[in-house]
Amino acid sequence: MVVAESKPIEEILAMVADFDKILLTGCKGCVTVCNAGGQKEVGILASALKIARKKEGREIEIEEITLERQCDPEYIDQLEEPIANDKYEAVVSMACSVGPQYIAKRYEDMLVFPALNTTFIGGSLEHGVWAEFCQACGSCGIHNFGTLCPIARCAKSLLNGPCGGSAGGKCEISPEIDCVWHLIYERMSRLGQVDKMANVVMFKDWTTSRDGGPRKIVREDLKQ
Amino acid sequence: MRLNYPSNIKIINVPCTGRVDILHLLKAVEDGADGVYVAGCLEGDCHYVSGNLKAKRRVTYVKKVLEDIGLEPERVEMYNLSAAQGTRFAEIAREFTERIRELGPSPVGSGAKAA
Repeated sequence: MVVAESKPIEEILAMVADFDKILLTGCKGCVTVCNAGGQKEVGILASALKIARKKEGREIEIEEITLERQCDPEYIDQLEEPIANDKYEAVVSMACSVGPQYIAKRYEDMLVFPALNTTFIGGSLEHGVWAEFCQACGSCGIHNFGTLCPIARCAKSLLNGPCGGSAGGKCEISPEIDCVWHLIYERMSRLGQVDKMANVVMFKDWTTSRDGGPRKIVREDLKQ
Repeated sequence: MRLNYPSNIKIINVPCTGRVDILHLLKAVEDGADGVYVAGCLEGDCHYVSGNLKAKRRVTYVKKVLEDIGLEPERVEMYNLSAAQGTRFAEIAREFTERIRELGPSPVGSGAKAA
């Protein structure tokens, strides 16, 4: 999933400082799963903003709505009624950054702000802890590395073994971060594939990643 | 025991402090409570194993939110006591009321009582 986290409340308060009526929109997709922008987090942020503004003596009206997803135009339709009534001065989106961009695209005259920092593609390690597992390089080769991704999980994205900073299975940047090359060696040893580690992996073609510019997938079988 | 405790305390019953949500505490502050405290069982004594520990973490979270928006985090607190400690219950009620009295009314307030 896309993992995100809330921006500092001070930053969000500054964004909405000029407004008295806003629409706060959550998303039931990834950001609900990572407890950053679902219905519950929408409620908490709305309450915190209201408390802060009441304290300043300038109350803010906040309508809360949580869309099925904010990364599909059909679900942005759910905002039609609240926005069409022209009741709101701004929309604050609690989706990953795709959400506010979709809302801004649909409602060209509406000011839209992101309440989250979209952080990485990852998974949960335990309740309340998430880690990065994928960097969306666009050409997955993890099967060559014991099904572990050295692009996302090695601080240097090395493809031919660890650097000199690997010690005791940990990365030199933090004792809390596993050296993925240590994990790759352990797993490939277990699988009896350690000899494959002698193969030199040539430099990666990054054109499938961001180096090729913004990416797009077109499925002719699905297009209408 | 017929113990007295300040009449400004409004009690909201929950089956376990594990039921207390971040939003419950924030809504109380939003609606004007000068202070909110959660009275949970003693740590290690939760009938549901970890309800009071979860409540403690939520109280800590709310304290951080209040601090971020410039409100005194001391307006929210977690206390632990057993159901047999009536004297301690009254003592906590007095202690917290005194703390809030020193802080003064909530700047958010509309005159609601501490809960």
